[in-house]
Amino acid sequence: MPADFNWAIGGEAGDGINSTGKIFARALSRAGRHVFTSKDFASRIRGGYTAYKVRTAIDPVESTVDRLDVLIALTQRTVDENIDELHEGSVIIYDGERTSMQDLEIPDGMVGMDVPLKSLAEDAGGAIMRNIVALGAACEVTDFPIEHLGSSLEKRFSDKGESIVENNKTAADLGAEFVRESYEAETTEFEYELETTDENYVLINGDEAIGMGAIAAGCRFYSGYPITPATDVMEYLTGRLERYGGHVVQAEDELSAINMALGAARAGARSMTATSGPGIDLMAETFGLVAQSETPLVICDVMRSGPSTGMPTKQEQGDLNMTLFGGHGEIPRFVIAPTTIAECFWKTVEAFNYAEKYQTPVYLVSDLEMAVTEQTFPPEAFDMDEVDIDRGKIVDEDEVDEWLDDEGHFRAHAATEDGVSPRALPGTTDGAHMSTGLEHNELGRRTEDTEIRVEQVHKRERKVETAKEREDWSPREFGNPDADNLVVSWGSNEGTISEAMDLMGEDAPDFRFLSVPYLFPRPDLSEAFEQAEQVVVVECNATGQFADVLEHDTLERVDRVNKYNGVGFKADELAAEITEVLQ
Amino acid sequence: MSSDVRFIDFKSDKQPTWCPGCGDFGTMNGMMKALANTGNDPDNTFVVAGIGCSGKIGTYMHSYALHGVHGRALPVGTGVKMANPDLEVMVAGGDGDGYSIGSGHFIHAVRRNVDMSYIVMDNRIYGLTKGQASPTSREDFETATTPEGPKQPPVNPLALALSAGGTFIAQSFASDAQRHAELVQKAIEHDGFGFVNVFSPCVTFNDTDTYDYFRDNLTDLAETDHDPNDFDEAKDRIMDADAEYQGILYQDEDSVPYHESHGVTENMTEIPDGAPEDATDLVREFY
Ligand SMILES: Cc1ncc(C[n+]2csc(CCOP(=O)(O)OP(=O)(O)O)c2C)c(N)n1
Ligand code: SF4
Ligand SMILES: [Mg+2]
Repeated sequence: MPADFNWAIGGEAGDGINSTGKIFARALSRAGRHVFTSKDFASRIRGGYTAYKVRTAIDPVESTVDRLDVLIALTQRTVDENIDELHEGSVIIYDGERTSMQDLEIPDGMVGMDVPLKSLAEDAGGAIMRNIVALGAACEVTDFPIEHLGSSLEKRFSDKGESIVENNKTAADLGAEFVRESYEAETTEFEYELETTDENYVLINGDEAIGMGAIAAGCRFYSGYPITPATDVMEYLTGRLERYGGHVVQAEDELSAINMALGAARAGARSMTATSGPGIDLMAETFGLVAQSETPLVICDVMRSGPSTGMPTKQEQGDLNMTLFGGHGEIPRFVIAPTTIAECFWKTVEAFNYAEKYQTPVYLVSDLEMAVTEQTFPPEAFDMDEVDIDRGKIVDEDEVDEWLDDEGHFRAHAATEDGVSPRALPGTTDGAHMSTGLEHNELGRRTEDTEIRVEQVHKRERKVETAKEREDWSPREFGNPDADNLVVSWGSNEGTISEAMDLMGEDAPDFRFLSVPYLFPRPDLSEAFEQAEQVVVVECNATGQFADVLEHDTLERVDRVNKYNGVGFKADELAAEITEVLQ
Repeated sequence: MSSDVRFIDFKSDKQPTWCPGCGDFGTMNGMMKALANTGNDPDNTFVVAGIGCSGKIGTYMHSYALHGVHGRALPVGTGVKMANPDLEVMVAGGDGDGYSIGSGHFIHAVRRNVDMSYIVMDNRIYGLTKGQASPTSREDFETATTPEGPKQPPVNPLALALSAGGTFIAQSFASDAQRHAELVQKAIEHDGFGFVNVFSPCVTFNDTDTYDYFRDNLTDLAETDHDPNDFDEAKDRIMDADAEYQGILYQDEDSVPYHESHGVTENMTEIPDGAPEDATDLVREFY
């Protein structure tokens, strides 16, 4: 029996697939099991199909695999869509009373369990609970103590009232009971048994981790315009930010969203906006203003497949060039891409600190798979005591004096040695100054003086040099540090590559793996490249945007592993590909 | 806030480069007077300026200020005010800035009713880019880009504001210094979004909507029996395409500003040195 168990529920959009999947994932997490979920909109046939997959084990799981041990199929199509992932012994739970499921043929070697989901749900109080009946059935099949499902149902429905919770628990019990009575032999034979532990895990997705990181970091203002897959950041913050004296505004468009966030930041609040590629495009002009006016702002890009409307619910790491180089003219910006869901939290905290310390926009780049994946972590992974806030060079009323010119004007863009100027928040006596997207002198006033122009360009560039010296931009290191081969990646592929490494086993080529969260400023990998015989850069885009950047940095050629069909890397597939490239 | 602030304190030492006679001089003077008269000073005032000849006002005035990108001044002002409600926020820009490239923001800013003022320096022309038609240009106003005139009706900004739920809608004339300053002051004092469309003639590129034209055609509502609290009367006057008014067209006495309707009253600029005290509760929510 493999150490991990893979489960899915699939049906039509509108079947409540996501919420059912999440209830099961939470039941597992509350039972002290690790969980990694994925939402599968990847139809082999046509749109409208959706599935929620759960991979679970006692040890941490960091990616998905192409294997299903139990499938709850609400439609015939769910079986057809997943046929390659089902295997001998897989259990398919379905409702044979459903007209469309009456002719279902269970493939050879697999176990069909025909459970009257709808009728049993009606017995429990309403047909709407048929998915919960199926969850109860799945618990029975896997010997998973049903009280954990009950506990997850309580969490999900407690605000709807005691009776709703009780009805759902009854529905789950009826599903379990039915399987116990009708499929006893099959259940006994089923090879997986979901053990529990005493651990209590946090089950969280990337958007939520970014939102929680923002609150922890003191973000008080958020403005955004809904867009998949960034909307969950806004939905998480709505109501919660208000608890901390902040506010969330749904703007009329992304132009407004970034300009509101800019306004709040100029007023002195820690401020953020989040969007996806199309919104990043719209924000490009104001991004330049933010950078030129040296305003601290966190701009989060939860990437999805582009260009244009592209494949809005599909995975891609296609916005690296846009965030690194987007916008007319030349201006430094920081670009950070968290490499795991827990890191979404920590990198958000860092992003707010860098934004204020270096008075610059920070692009926080995450992606669709991190946004929709729920993953378990021990609560210590989000230890709030570890959160440090550094607001940089804010000057108060007394300190303002040191920064006035001979005529008493505040030098908001003083060309200091480290490039960072003093910042007087509006309301500070004698600090009044203007800021602008125009080239300006130390006072923030427009100029086209050639010397001042050059001085201000250098001053802004100097902030990057300072940051390079003062901060730690190291990549995250895995595998054998002395191996001849080097694999490099950025963003969310870290877990999948780590798992691929485990899968590759003894005979496979040994490699060192560097997972890079800092895209600008970024680590200098020249030495690592020199030491390696072969370098492979893995990323989820067609052209190899990061590979290009690294070739430019190191003047070395790299091999590339790319995927751009809209589905992220899978560990088994990546293990095979990396092996092939390295041989 | 010191009580002895004079309007001149809001003037920067940068000499305006507007053409001599430009309406924007008078418009700016009135804004500075209104700010001083309402007890504000440069250190508690935030001016957001758009892009255009009008947008240069951010440089010529002295206060905390942002001179942003074309058409986006209103969202910036919105963010400033929400983050620090103690600041007096004034947004200023041109007719192109506010009613063309920024028209979407205008309507939504009116709806939001954030407690700030919005002063549009309406010269019915694009001044900075040297004389193209603006959204308020007349149908037959000939310019380099509209040789036969725009041949489409001008935008009626007052009507847009009224239909979007505006709570303070006024119009003034840059050269009627006292009335203009008074109306901007009323906009500042209004509990909500105080909108003033200012006729601010461009002496270089617009020979139609001139000082003389406005002097001859302007009706001051103060000299009529207009009741600014009467929505229907306001609507009739605003929709009358032949009339040019100065004064408060409409004011909703029951205006509830955004910060009250949304409970956004805290200054957001102060935060603790670490995560908020009860932040661990946020983690527990995910159990
Ligand atoms: C995105 C963008 N497009 C175009 C311009 C060029 N531009 C600058 S000001 C302006 C129009 C200004 O007209 P208005 O707002 O009426 O201001 P005025 O100069 O008349 O005061 C234009 C088109 C710009 N700065 N930015
Ligand atoms: S071009 Fe027109 S609007 Fe611009 S400064 Fe001259 S007169 Fe004023
Ligand atoms: Mg104009």
